[in-house]
Amino acid sequence: MRPMAYMPPVMFAIVAVALALGLLIVKPKEIPSALIGQPVPEFDLPSVVGTPHGFSNADLIGNVSIVNVFASWCLPCRAEHPLWVEVGEGGLVPVYGLNYKDSQENASKWLADFGDPYTSIGADLNGRVGVDFGVYGVPETFVIDGQGFIQLKFIGPIDRFALENEILPMVQELQALMVAEGAE
Amino acid sequence: MQALVRLWTGAIVALMMGFSVAAHAQVVTEIIDPPLEDPVLEARAQAVHKLIRCLVCQNQSIHDSNAGLARDLRIIVRDRIAAGDTNDQAIQYLVDRYGDWVLLKPPLKASTIVLWLGPFLILLLAGWFAWAYFRAAPSQVAKAVPLTEEEQRRLAELLDPEA
Repeated sequence: MRPMAYMPPVMFAIVAVALALGLLIVKPKEIPSALIGQPVPEFDLPSVVGTPHGFSNADLIGNVSIVNVFASWCLPCRAEHPLWVEVGEGGLVPVYGLNYKDSQENASKWLADFGDPYTSIGADLNGRVGVDFGVYGVPETFVIDGQGFIQLKFIGPIDRFALENEILPMVQELQALMVAEGAE
Repeated sequence: MQALVRLWTGAIVALMMGFSVAAHAQVVTEIIDPPLEDPVLEARAQAVHKLIRCLVCQNQSIHDSNAGLARDLRIIVRDRIAAGDTNDQAIQYLVDRYGDWVLLKPPLKASTIVLWLGPFLILLLAGWFAWAYFRAAPSQVAKAVPLTEEEQRRLAELLDPEA
């Protein structure tokens, strides 16, 4: 056979592999965050009605913490919420809530119905703080180090696997780092 | 049969008109967010809107998208421009938050070089392939051997059996 005769199957294979990679490996819905390694944006949000404190970027300095973007109108938030209640009860890391473009009434009812695991919650009524965090959907979750730098962004609802294999290990790593730096 | 064809054509035309009306309805609902009062600034804001990718619907610009986030970003761009930002500064404001991803036209840099040069590489490869293919072709023709005398005689017989 002439070498040229091999070209069509070879080209097919190249295209097939490229498309398979695109389908299976690349997640087109997950946009890489531009803010990893960047300090959290400056903000100072009022509390959601019925919760005691508001939430500002100053709260995120001095402790490793989690910021969870949620809304009562967001169904996947409801799916992941029991896990955040669990993390909140565990007390190993503070979880802050960013209540994204929500009605105050619905948000406080939602928290009353499903539990409030948050150390404090900021009501981001017009979504501007969300934009500063690079949020483009809810839920999204950020892990913030002790100096207030964003170290991890998780897009979409967490499940137990993501919590135990991605989020909590990052929290523990950052906490260990803080202890090590404190000891120096 | 003719009637059936006419019926189908009618149905397809009606459907297309329906879609075009729906598309216009979208354009109307899209401009709910108030424009800037200064038409020059508004034109600049809209020019920026057309360069920014909607993060929810991904292949639309925020100018064309009905998504809530697209509306928020349109308003932010207007605010920045009204506050004295240049177009580039307003774009950079969004790139700082959402990365290059937010640009419909990706910038030329090391990580996007394949994106920019890939098509030309493929064109070059295809050109080389075509050149090799057509260069190989004539040699095949040249291999054709003229008929022998015996074959010529047989051919003549077949074409004209009376001779």
